[in-house]
Amino acid sequence: MRLEIKDLRVHYGKIEAIKGISVIVNQGEIVTLIGANGAGKTTTLKTISGLRKVSSGAILFDGQDISKVPAHERVDLGISQAPEGRGIFPGMTVLENLEMGKFNRKDRKSEMKEDLERVYHLFPRLKERTSQAGGTLSGGEQQMLAIGRALMARPKVLLLDEPSMGLAPMMIANIFKIITTINTELGTTILLVEQNAQQALQRAHRAYVLETGKVVKEAKASDLLNDPVVRAAYLGTGAAGH
Amino acid sequence: MINIRDKGAEVWDTWNRPKRVAFVLISIFVAGLLPFAANWGPTSFLNTPITSFQNVLVYPVGMFILMALGLNIVVGKSGLLDLGYVAFFAIGAYSQAILSTKFGMNTWEVLPIGIAIAMFSGVLLGLPALRLRGDYLAIITLGFGEIVRIIALNSKETGGPNGVAGIPNPPAVFGFKFDLMHPEHYFWLVLGMILLVVWMIRRFTVRRPGRAWEAIRQDEDVAALMGVNTLVYKLWSFVIGAAVGGAAGVLYASKVMVISPDMFKFDVSVLILACVVFGGIGNIWGVILGAGILAYLPDRIRFISDARQLIFGLVLIIMMNMRPDGLLPRKKREKISEKSSK
Repeated sequence: MRLEIKDLRVHYGKIEAIKGISVIVNQGEIVTLIGANGAGKTTTLKTISGLRKVSSGAILFDGQDISKVPAHERVDLGISQAPEGRGIFPGMTVLENLEMGKFNRKDRKSEMKEDLERVYHLFPRLKERTSQAGGTLSGGEQQMLAIGRALMARPKVLLLDEPSMGLAPMMIANIFKIITTINTELGTTILLVEQNAQQALQRAHRAYVLETGKVVKEAKASDLLNDPVVRAAYLGTGAAGH
Repeated sequence: MINIRDKGAEVWDTWNRPKRVAFVLISIFVAGLLPFAANWGPTSFLNTPITSFQNVLVYPVGMFILMALGLNIVVGKSGLLDLGYVAFFAIGAYSQAILSTKFGMNTWEVLPIGIAIAMFSGVLLGLPALRLRGDYLAIITLGFGEIVRIIALNSKETGGPNGVAGIPNPPAVFGFKFDLMHPEHYFWLVLGMILLVVWMIRRFTVRRPGRAWEAIRQDEDVAALMGVNTLVYKLWSFVIGAAVGGAAGVLYASKVMVISPDMFKFDVSVLILACVVFGGIGNIWGVILGAGILAYLPDRIRFISDARQLIFGLVLIIMMNMRPDGLLPRKKREKISEKSSK
């Protein structure tokens, strides 16, 4: 598995949100995109998963350009996303939400059971709540469900969009711990978008700093943690790059 | 406020199979007796003052229930606001009118063709329109409804503003005569269609299409992220809705024998949508009840003539204020589990 984004440009109407981003995610890595609000992190993820159209540039997945492949087919290729704001189906139960994650491979019963077990093993809390409606879960549980649902499709690369958003500090620590577990135990490659740069940089192998639609810095995550300029950048003061 | 729908579902869940079958058969039997309700002392208040009760049961009541069920697949199940649903009804009706008067086909022969034409026009409209969402989709469908009516109004084949007259009734089958003298037979025919549609919707709902529609309705983007081909499933719900509307149109034209473009105005689309919302969007039993009441009421209160529409509107406003989710709302899982987790 290798995901490579080459000089990606994305527009919202006439406004260019992504101004030529290049990102590489290698097999087995946790790569994080950090940056302030409006830097283009979420747009980048949405473009990789197919919800936004590419204006120019390419998204190479195992060497193949997938920028014209519709979103629902990218899941089958092995790209799953836990969307921003969690995107739980509020009227479906936890189990139904998880089953949706495997929509295109629903017919294989034994596989379904196996995948459910794997998710429940990662998130025992979800098992306790299988028949509860997604809309009644707490924020942290919904995030677990969103990640678990994305894992149901057995992705090669997992896209996580701000998993810490709106969660209590305890739950944030918990979620990030599980992200590492998914990476090490299941061997799933992860592309993580975060505003909580502190946590993200501690968990990731490599990181890209985004600012108003451009990559301003790319380095090993541990190096960035101690970089004073980057600290200023992710706090949103905008000192970096000027 | 108590939720009769959830109560009903609770009771239903406790029943075993023979009990359920018995309940369904008895319900169908009772529904089949409806045409005679107005003749019986205690329920004679049901009688409609101007048109005979049995005819009112066929049109508007039966037809509106049928159409509301069809529209409910589109609006209620997959959450697509269709404001031009009358177009499919018109297409079905004109199929029956033209094929029977010009080509001598009978209703049973026309029915599958009318449904197919309605479905095809559903694809034609759906393919471009379903790429849009929400308000934009509503506007396009509204336009489509008007286009169909205006074509009917202006082309020679459809008889222009005069429409088509002399549409034959369906030929008799198994001793059932579908003519002016036997409105109850006609009602049973429509009842059969309604049951067929209910059965079909229930089959769909528990299978993949139902899941996909549910996901699309709750969050279309996330549905796509799950691997749901949203355009295809939206198109399916649109086309199935169109098929039901087309079938209703064919039966309608064969019943009233004369059709003209002014029977397929925008207000019919709105009224069908009102039936769906009033009864309980997304829930077939609610939709049936809502359509039944909204179609029946104007005829029942026809004796107050001028004030009729006013009263009708007032009832709608009051009801929607009291029960914004409709008479029998769809299952509210969010709320149930809140209760149980306390």
